[in-house]
Amino acid sequence: MILRVAKFLSPLLMACAAIAAAEEGNLEAEVGFEARGWIHEGGQKQERSNLSVRIEAEYYTEWNDGDDSFTFSPFLRLDQRDAERTHGDIRELTWVHVGSDWELRTGVRRVFWGVTETQHMVDIINQTDAVENLDGEDKLGQFMINLSLVKDWGIVDVFVLPGFRERTFAGKDGRLRSPYVIDTNHAEYESGAEENRVDFAVRWAHSIDDFELAVSHFSGTSRDPSFQLSARSFTNVTGLGPVPDELIPVYETIDQTGLEAQYIYEDWLWKLEAISNSGYSDDRYSAAVFGFEYTAIGIFETRSDLGYVVEYHFDDRGEDSSADVLESDLALALRWTANDEDSTEVLTGITWDSDDEEKMYFLEASTRVAQEWKLEVEARFWFGRDSLSQDFATAVQVLSNPSAFSRQAYFQDEDYVQVELTRYF
Amino acid sequence: MIYKHVLVSMVLALLSVFSFAQVSEGTPEEKGLSIAVEADKKDVGYESSQSKMTMTLKNKRGDTSVREMRVKALEMQEDGDKSLVIFDTPKDQRGTALLSFTHKVGYDDQWLYLPALKRVKKISSRNKSGPFVGSEFSFEDMSSQEVEKYTYKYLRDEVYEGKDCYVLERFPVDKNSGYTRQISWMDKEELRVWKVNFYDRKKSLLKTLVNTDFKLYLDKYWRAHNANMVNHQTGKSTELVIHDIAFKTGLEDKDFNKNSLKRAK
Repeated sequence: MILRVAKFLSPLLMACAAIAAAEEGNLEAEVGFEARGWIHEGGQKQERSNLSVRIEAEYYTEWNDGDDSFTFSPFLRLDQRDAERTHGDIRELTWVHVGSDWELRTGVRRVFWGVTETQHMVDIINQTDAVENLDGEDKLGQFMINLSLVKDWGIVDVFVLPGFRERTFAGKDGRLRSPYVIDTNHAEYESGAEENRVDFAVRWAHSIDDFELAVSHFSGTSRDPSFQLSARSFTNVTGLGPVPDELIPVYETIDQTGLEAQYIYEDWLWKLEAISNSGYSDDRYSAAVFGFEYTAIGIFETRSDLGYVVEYHFDDRGEDSSADVLESDLALALRWTANDEDSTEVLTGITWDSDDEEKMYFLEASTRVAQEWKLEVEARFWFGRDSLSQDFATAVQVLSNPSAFSRQAYFQDEDYVQVELTRYF
Repeated sequence: MIYKHVLVSMVLALLSVFSFAQVSEGTPEEKGLSIAVEADKKDVGYESSQSKMTMTLKNKRGDTSVREMRVKALEMQEDGDKSLVIFDTPKDQRGTALLSFTHKVGYDDQWLYLPALKRVKKISSRNKSGPFVGSEFSFEDMSSQEVEKYTYKYLRDEVYEGKDCYVLERFPVDKNSGYTRQISWMDKEELRVWKVNFYDRKKSLLKTLVNTDFKLYLDKYWRAHNANMVNHQTGKSTELVIHDIAFKTGLEDKDFNKNSLKRAK
């Protein structure tokens, strides 16, 4: 913990020095107060409630008429129960220089690739800050040197990515995790350089009339780990003796080629993301997500819009795919936008695994409750599978049988509701 | 395009002494088109502009909600203009930005930047009748008012607020428009739009826009600094105030692409 805070503070001090040297800039901040409640006690006796605070800030300054800019965004979360969820990060610490038809971006940054809504498989530059939310949309800052070229035939981005960020995982007292605790202190790497390997990526993106197209390639350490049983921590299980109760993340070296496409036809957005990945056990695999988003505006004589999102996920590793990969899932969602003065929005839907009838319902709603306050409600419920037993021993027996292993099996008792109130400064 | 609509469509008109004479007579349709073409010509040559604006949304009870934004615009010779709108408030939406390429014929291109995810999303510009940031201005009210997007009909001369005006009717070409027609009052001297009535798809009066506080820039471009849109059917209204505006600001094409959208601040 102390080490992590120190790691967090040193670039922060560096940034302060840079800020002091710069001209006047702009400072913004937000503080989020989060409460989570679960219907059931956790599988490892975790509590049914949790409180948490999130602090994010952004300092921005520019010079040379905006051709040079500096951004610093620190992030800090304090969690009531989960020591792993209490964490800090530098989301951005970056200098951008803009030339006539190019940009050079140097420092810690976040980059998003992709077009689909329910799965972001092409998006690979940044590691997922998985303790933040199950949706995988929170990302850790990644150090990079990124040259971006603007041409008539599209935008080409070249990335050099020194240094690797490990995925964050809920700790022993945290929830929304597998019965095994993930031991992030002993991660293993395929690369001999371990977390110091320099990764590379390149992406071409272009807009042609109603088409958006992008092709990318990444060569480096996979952001998505596989897991091995740890030999460091054991639990005594009656009849079995001591069994490992922790997992070690294993980061393999991969080459991943990605395709993104979006086509607008009338009120329909047609979307496709696909990847081809080599590296995991030397077997190349492919995955894709495709579907559409249709928006009906001014429904029922009101000023609100209703969007329909339908996306199909496919992964040719099928049931062998790693724990958080969807093998063959359908996602259906409704997005209601009130278009009111409080920017009220609701997104609700279901992901449904047609192979084993596993389902997850989700709801995300947000509205402004005062000029500088926003209220967000989120809920997830799992259905269609038997719950794992409350005690670790039975859970281990279930999970040790690969055919019974399921991505969401251990979430069957994790149904939760989250409320976050954010104040903006 | 936002800039053009707010500052141009609803307003504008340059000090061309000849404009008067150039409005051709002929059929009401010919005369209407001629007035629209002359009004459009008054905006030629602005090159680029940068402005700050505030929208104040009011509901029937008088509660208000404020949106502040900055707008950059680039004049294009062959096609419709380009614009970049950056939202500063409400604070939960600050940093959100909208890049638009208007086209004289066909659908506009629009990309939205969502700062929390660092995501650029191409959006459908077909949904033009929907409210812009929850206000009484719709996307089509805020977009570039290219002459080609309407057909026209001159109705009559009328005195409005002491000024000799043309009363002009125009009909959107696009079937996705939220309007069946608009009636505008333009003064004969400068071809500034002082008032517009908007009729919905059921042909009943939906909204009225009133422009005031006109100022002249570079001896050529008239801009209304206050535009008040009242919705007659809901009792809600939105007042749009322009604080600062500068022309020929040196913006270039490179300031209007997906890279510049991502670093819009």
